[in-house]
Amino acid sequence: MSKKMKKICTAILILAAVVLIALFDNDMIGNAYVKRVLNLAAIYAIISVSMNLVNGFTGLFSLGQAGFMAIGAFSVAIFTVPAEYISSIFYIEPMAPWLAAIRLPFVAALLVGGLIAAALSLLIGYPVLRLKSDYLAIATLGFSEIIRIVFTQLQTITNGALGINRIPGITTMWVPFGAAAICIGIMLLLINSSYGRAFKAIREDDIAAEAMGINLSFHKNLAFAVSSFFTAIGGGLYAALLTSVDPKQFYFTMTYNFLLIIVLGGMGSVTGTVIASFIITGGLEWLRFFDEPLSIMGVEIPLFRSGLRMVVFSVLLMILVLFYRKGLMGQREFSWDGIYRWCQKIKAKITKPSGKSSDAKGGM
Amino acid sequence: MFRERYGIFMSMDIFLQHLLNGISVGSLYALIAIGYTMVYGILLLINFAHGDIFMMASYFMIFAVVDFGVPVWISLPLIIVFTVVLGMLLERAAYKPLRSAPRMSIMISAIGASYLLENLATYLFTGVPKGYPDIPWLTAVINVGNISFQIVTVIAPVLIIVILLGLMALVNHTKTGMAMRAVSKDFETARLMGIKIDKVIAATFAIGSGLAAVGSVLWGAKYSSVYPLMGVMPGLKCFVAAVFGGIGNIPGAVLGGIVLGLGETLLVAFFPGLTGYRDAFAFVVLIVMLLVRPNGLLGEKTTDKV
Repeated sequence: MSKKMKKICTAILILAAVVLIALFDNDMIGNAYVKRVLNLAAIYAIISVSMNLVNGFTGLFSLGQAGFMAIGAFSVAIFTVPAEYISSIFYIEPMAPWLAAIRLPFVAALLVGGLIAAALSLLIGYPVLRLKSDYLAIATLGFSEIIRIVFTQLQTITNGALGINRIPGITTMWVPFGAAAICIGIMLLLINSSYGRAFKAIREDDIAAEAMGINLSFHKNLAFAVSSFFTAIGGGLYAALLTSVDPKQFYFTMTYNFLLIIVLGGMGSVTGTVIASFIITGGLEWLRFFDEPLSIMGVEIPLFRSGLRMVVFSVLLMILVLFYRKGLMGQREFSWDGIYRWCQKIKAKITKPSGKSSDAKGGM
Repeated sequence: MFRERYGIFMSMDIFLQHLLNGISVGSLYALIAIGYTMVYGILLLINFAHGDIFMMASYFMIFAVVDFGVPVWISLPLIIVFTVVLGMLLERAAYKPLRSAPRMSIMISAIGASYLLENLATYLFTGVPKGYPDIPWLTAVINVGNISFQIVTVIAPVLIIVILLGLMALVNHTKTGMAMRAVSKDFETARLMGIKIDKVIAATFAIGSGLAAVGSVLWGAKYSSVYPLMGVMPGLKCFVAAVFGGIGNIPGAVLGGIVLGLGETLLVAFFPGLTGYRDAFAFVVLIVMLLVRPNGLLGEKTTDKV
């Protein structure tokens, strides 16, 4: 495929996405529910790609996404809630006056959340990342629980277990999708830079990478901090999408959603992660019928009751990791050449049905 | 509930009371931490599902005693057997197929297994907490001077010492124990020496799960509330305890568990204002420990060979 052709294809794809978002945004197609799911998927895509940056590209195992999300979410909640509502939201104990005096625009609150998360990640990363990466899993899982516990206790800052509501919401789909494009774009640039190559070298073999002169501690901390920053940005968007937050939402099982997404998409593939975010977010909504009582021709199926959806969800995660460890994309990325080859293969398969094409997925 | 009433003003009696309480909580942590440390020592795997095995053991007990009316003295060995079977099944289904896979896949599989057990328990038994059956010879309250405590408070530390001695004898003086040590030193070489790795791993999981079942009985006598996510916090804390004592080291896990339980209890006893942060204590300990002495209290220093 020629370069020009690729450019045209890319332009068409971007144009199609823009037109589609514009149609959704002006209520020409879809409804509020579909829009909400799509927005959520875009936000999940940011968080999952940032998780993949650490887990898939650098080969560290971080499970702190829920905690970093909580930081971003509460930053947006605390700093953007309109001043006139503060006293009615913090009715048990008033908000700390110094905090109530600071009102920030949405973007600034997002960035503040991101920076706090990045700073905290360095605080954990510094002691933990010097060691074997297993400890990172437990330390980040523990950290995400500490954040939740601390946020439940800080009554004058986070309103404790009650949480904060009446956060100014996201009114247009351009915000989550625009933010996703920017955040994922930045992470792609990072991955394709020399830093990104260092990350991948560490993933493949950290001892060899160190021997090649890569500063392990610096690069691990960099990946972890960048990932935490963007996770918090995602958390902030999540808060604005839901318009209310409380610490309970950020129970560490939330992290497992993103884990499933990156395993499905492929550890070490950005495009795979984005595709998987939409599949999983949509799929989890679609699977809601598992939780409803189901009757076929008047016969009540006893299996269908509350909780089955999460069982299906966890079985899915197990099946993926046991049998389809590579996920949809493995470590590959989307490319027009890949699509072209894939189409050629399909064509060959149709014209020559006897031809084996077991790796028809290749390259996509 | 003493801490709310007395706050920071503490007499000797109350201090002893807290001390006893802390040691018994610590012994419970130690029981679970042994399972973590043994599995990690051999497979280099954080068995995230260990806390959930402990949770399932509690449910087994409820079923045996409450739903089927089995007498306690029969159901005790019964639930240990069931839990051991569950632990070995888990190992076969979730970890064995991934023996040669990258470490991260096994870890994800462990998380998946843990999540599956939690969700399955929520689905089957609902999220509503159930009461643990009352076992009189564990829960009865004894008064000595001004100190009053449940029998389990004394049984737990004694039991952990007995179990520790037994395990040390097993690891140091039996063939299985020797195989375990060999596998934990070097997986591949042990295989070449004719050790059946799968059997050793199965035995490790069996011991860990059995101890988790014992722990669940003592836990049930102390806290009596059983719910699907009950294993999560003890699970995480006990892994911290295992790291604290030096991962892979059985006496270390016991020491780590007791220090952690004691520290947590005394922290809350001395500073009642920090009650809400009780669960955070373990993780602060973990991070400080990794900074100061990453190999744990009793751990050996290891270096990676290329």
